Amino acid sequence: MLINQFLFLGAILFCIGVYGVLVRRNLVLVLMSIELILNAVNINLVAFGAMWHATDPANLSGQVFALFVIAVAAAEVGVGLALVLMIFRNRQSIDADDVDLLKG
Amino acid sequence: MLALLVAQNIAFYVIAALIVFGALRVVTCKNLVHAALWLVLVLAGVAAQYILVAAEFVAITQILVYLGAIVVLFLFGIMLTRAKTGTDTDLDHGSGKKIISGVIGLLLLGIMGYALWDEYRGQEIGNLTVQRTAAVSDSIFSTYLLPFEVISVLLLAALIGAIVLARRD
Repeated sequence: MLINQFLFLGAILFCIGVYGVLVRRNLVLVLMSIELILNAVNINLVAFGAMWHATDPANLSGQVFALFVIAVAAAEVGVGLALVLMIFRNRQSIDADDVDLLKG
Repeated sequence: MLALLVAQNIAFYVIAALIVFGALRVVTCKNLVHAALWLVLVLAGVAAQYILVAAEFVAITQILVYLGAIVVLFLFGIMLTRAKTGTDTDLDHGSGKKIISGVIGLLLLGIMGYALWDEYRGQEIGNLTVQRTAAVSDSIFSTYLLPFEVISVLLLAALIGAIVLARRD
């Protein structure tokens, strides 16, 4: 298989995620789009890891970093949803446009 | 060997099409709960791709952590913020911003696609051998021991922070 198959899939998924972050107003949906972006990065890491592993069987860095990204994603979702919950509790809405307290 | 490669390629394109379709539904769906369920399809597809490149441990972790925990967390988030369960027209920005976002996404895709095509054209992954879980753990607990400990502390801190933030008092 070509490495580019996976890299292009990652790029497409990344761009869909960026579109979602820009276009969605609901904060939970913004977080979901961020998950898409993180998964795109993980596909790249695992594909490159497999490529390295094919030339040097002792090298598994790609997978290790993918696992680290999954762990960080779990932390990010936890804190992100807690923040969304706080915003909802204080403003009764999770519309990204309503969070404009710091806007001059 | 060749038959296996053909089968791998067919599986790749089928799963990739599912992933892209699911991702598009996640960012365009008018129903919050449906968007979360489409996200399940995307995450499961990504796990299947990991299995295709013989990264079994990451695939299992993806299913456990993403499908098992993160999607459930999202569904809790949707319910706790009392979203409408039916279709909701108030989820997106207006059509002007939609067009701008689409143009930004396509531009980004064009730039990245050109860079990838230019750099990795025709490059093969090579002989795919199963990347054993024992070897992955050897790597984590020798070369990457310090980052692993840092990640553990980060996860602990983030989850305590989340509890403190979400607690009602």
